[in-house]
Amino acid sequence: MDVAELAAPFERMLEELCPPPAVRAVEAGDTGAAQAMWAGFAASGFLDALVPEARGGAGLALADIAPLLIALGRHAVPLPVGQTMLARAWLDAPPDGRIALATPEAGIFGAEPFRLVANHVLVVDSGGLTIESALSGAQLPPSGAGPHLAALIAAAAIAGASERVLALAIDHANTRVQFGKPVGRQQAVQHMLAVMAEQVVAVRLMVEQACAVPNLASCAAAKAVASAAAADMAEAAHAVIGAIGISAEHDLQLYTRRLHAMRLAHGSESHWQRVLGALRLASDAPCVDWLRAEIFAEVGAL
Amino acid sequence: MFESFGWARLPDSDADLRERVRAVVREQIADLPPDRRARSWMGFDATFSRRLGTAGLLGLTLPAEYGGQGRGAFARFAVVEELLAVGAPVAAHWIADRQSAPLILHYGTEAQKARHLPAICRGEQLFCIGMSEPEAGSDLAAVRSRAERDGVGGWRLSGQKIWTTGAQHFDYMIALVRTSGSADDRQRGLSQLIVDLKAPGVTIRPIADLTGDEHFCEVFFEDVALGPDALIGEEGAGWAQVTAELAFERSGPERIYSSVVLLDAWIAHLRAAGRSDDAALALVGELTARMAALRTMSIACTARLAEGDSPVVEASLVKDLGTRFEQDVPRVIADALAGHKGEAVAPELLRTLAYLTQIAPSFSLRGGTREVLRGIIARGLGLR
Ligand SMILES: Cc1cc2nc3c(=O)[nH]c(=O)nc-3n(C[C@H](O)[C@H](O)[C@H](O)COP(=O)(O)OP(=O)(O)OC[C@H]3O[C@@H](n4cnc5c(N)ncnc54)[C@H](O)[C@@H]3O)c2cc1C
Repeated sequence: MDVAELAAPFERMLEELCPPPAVRAVEAGDTGAAQAMWAGFAASGFLDALVPEARGGAGLALADIAPLLIALGRHAVPLPVGQTMLARAWLDAPPDGRIALATPEAGIFGAEPFRLVANHVLVVDSGGLTIESALSGAQLPPSGAGPHLAALIAAAAIAGASERVLALAIDHANTRVQFGKPVGRQQAVQHMLAVMAEQVVAVRLMVEQACAVPNLASCAAAKAVASAAAADMAEAAHAVIGAIGISAEHDLQLYTRRLHAMRLAHGSESHWQRVLGALRLASDAPCVDWLRAEIFAEVGAL
Repeated sequence: MFESFGWARLPDSDADLRERVRAVVREQIADLPPDRRARSWMGFDATFSRRLGTAGLLGLTLPAEYGGQGRGAFARFAVVEELLAVGAPVAAHWIADRQSAPLILHYGTEAQKARHLPAICRGEQLFCIGMSEPEAGSDLAAVRSRAERDGVGGWRLSGQKIWTTGAQHFDYMIALVRTSGSADDRQRGLSQLIVDLKAPGVTIRPIADLTGDEHFCEVFFEDVALGPDALIGEEGAGWAQVTAELAFERSGPERIYSSVVLLDAWIAHLRAAGRSDDAALALVGELTARMAALRTMSIACTARLAEGDSPVVEASLVKDLGTRFEQDVPRVIADALAGHKGEAVAPELLRTLAYLTQIAPSFSLRGGTREVLRGIIARGLGLR
C-alpha cells in the first residue's frame, strides 16, 4: 500500500469536513455539526482502514495509516476518528457510530476527551475490552491491542497539532512587523521556532516508528516524547504569536488546547516514561542493542 | 513540514558488518574501562583504526576502485553505531572516514583520489579539519590564513588554525584559507587546501583541555610550500565545499551517542542496586524515549545521505537536539546518584560521570555551536 496514495485524499477530505468553523461548532456542542462531520467520515470508508479484509475492511497496518492519524491532529478533528478506527478493528462486532477509548490504567486522564462526543466508550485495559453503551458487552482483546495503542493515537494527534502550531507561528513571525521588520527576523524568535521544528520532527518520526513497530515499548516511547513536547510547543507558539493568539477568534487555540488535552490523554509523559523505564530496566542489554531490538525490531540486535 | 525528512527503516542487509565490528571490539578493546570508552570519538588509537581498515570497516561509502566497500550510507551508519555504542576509540580515522574522504571523492582530482582514498580506507592516512582560527570561530568566513600562488603552480601558505582535533597525530589537514581578495570579501575568495602536516614551516602545539586530555591543537603555518595539487576542488569555491562537508560532519550518530557509555553504566548500577522507584523508572524511560526519537532522526538523515543529498538543515536539527540529550545525560545522572546517599557507586562509574560532566559543554560547540545551528534551521524554515 502506497501511503502517499491514502494521505492526499484523506487530507482533502479533512480540509472539506473539518475547517476551523466546523471544529468550533462541534466543540460548542452543535450536535448537528458533529453528525454532519461524522457522516463524512463514515461514508469515506476510512473508518474501516484497520479492519481485516476478512471482515470487509481495508486490512491496513498502523504503519500505512500513520500519516492519516497525524493529519487528524493537524486539523484538530474534534471527533474520535482514530479511536474508532482502532475500536472497529478490535471488536468482533463493532457498533455503528463514534467510539471513544478509555484507559483507566493511565489514571483519571485515561478517560478520553472525546467521551462527550462519542456514541460508545470502549474501555481498554491490559485484561480486556469492555464496551459501555446501549450495546454493552465485554471481549478479550485481540493480540496486540491495549492502552498503549490508544496512547499512540493521541501521540499522533500531538504530532499533527505540533506541525500546525509551528506553521501558524512561522507565518505570524514572517508577517507581523514590529520595530520596522518582521518579528521573525529577531534571533530570539528564530531560535524558539528552530527548537519547535526540532520537536516537530522528533515527535513525528517517533510516532511513525511506533506505528511501524506498534509494541508496548515503542508506543510508550512515542507518547513519552510527544507528551513532553506538547506543552513546550503550545507555550512557544503562544509566545511567538502574541496577544492575538490568546483571542478565541484566532485559530491557534484550537490546536494548543488540543495539545494540552492530548498530552494527558491515556497518560502523560511521566506515566509512559515509567512504563518504558520498567521495560528497559528489566534487561541487561546495553542501550543501543536494546533500542534496536525492542523499539526498532531489527534482526540480530540482542 | 520537512516532508523530505521522512521516516526510514534501516535495511537488515548490514547485519554482517555489525558482527565484524563486534569481533574487532572484542579483540582490541575488551578491557578498556568505561571512563576511557567515554572518550569515544575523542579517543585516539591508531592501531585500532588500522585494524578496522584491514577488517574492511572503513570507507564503506567509497567505491571499490579507491579501496572502499561501495556499500553506502546505511552500512556506514551500522558500523559507526556499533563503534559508538561501546565507546570505541575511533578518533584516529574519524574525520578522514566521515568527511575528508567524501570531500576528496567529490571534489578531488584523479591523482588526489589515488593518493588519499585507498590509504584512508586502510586507516593509514589520518586527516584533520582546519576551519577554526583565533578570529574565526562561528564566523568562519573571517578566516585569515592565506595561500598565494608561488609562480610555478604551487602555493605558499601562512597563518594559523586553532582547536584542530588530532593535528599532533595526523598526516594531513584540509584547510579553509583565503586565496584571493580580502577579509571584506567574506565567503568569496576562500579555497580548501590539503596541507601535509609534516611539511617544513608547519608547527603544531597541543592544547590541554579541562579534563587534562590533549586532543586539539594550535597549528601555525610559516610560508609553507605546497604543490600545485594541494588545492582541492575549485579555487574560490571553498565556502560551498565546506558547507557540504559540514553536512557530513553534523549528520552522523556521533551527535546522539556521546554519553551512551555513561547511560549504560548507570543502568547497570540501577539494576545491581535493585532500584525500581518511580523516579528512577521515569528517568530511565525519559532518556530511553529521547534516545529512540533521536535514532529515528539520525536514520532519516542517513536516508537522505543514501539518496545522495546534502541534508544541511536536517543534520542541524539532529545535532542540536542530539547534543542537548548528550549534555542532559551526565547532568541528570549526577543528581540521581547523589540523591541516594546510602548507595555504593563504583569508581569507574564516578570517573565516567566526572569526565562527561566536564567535557559535555563541548558537544554543542564542536561542529558548530547551538546558536549557529538554530540559525541554519531558522533559515530552513523560511525565516530571515
Ligand atoms: C572539542 C572541540 C573540538 C574541535 N575541533 C575542531 C577541529 O578539529 N577543527 C576546527 O576547525 N575547529 C574545531 N573546533 C572549533 C569549533 O568549530 C568552534 O569552537 C566553533 O565553531 C565555535 O567557535 P568559538 O569556539 O570560537 O566560539 P564563538 O564563535 O566565539 O562563539 C561564542 C558564543 O557566541 C555565540 N555566537 C557567535 N556568533 C553568533 C551569532 N551570529 N548569533 C548568535 N550567537 C553567536 C556562539 O554560539 C557561542 O555561544 C573544536 C571545538 C571543540 C570544543
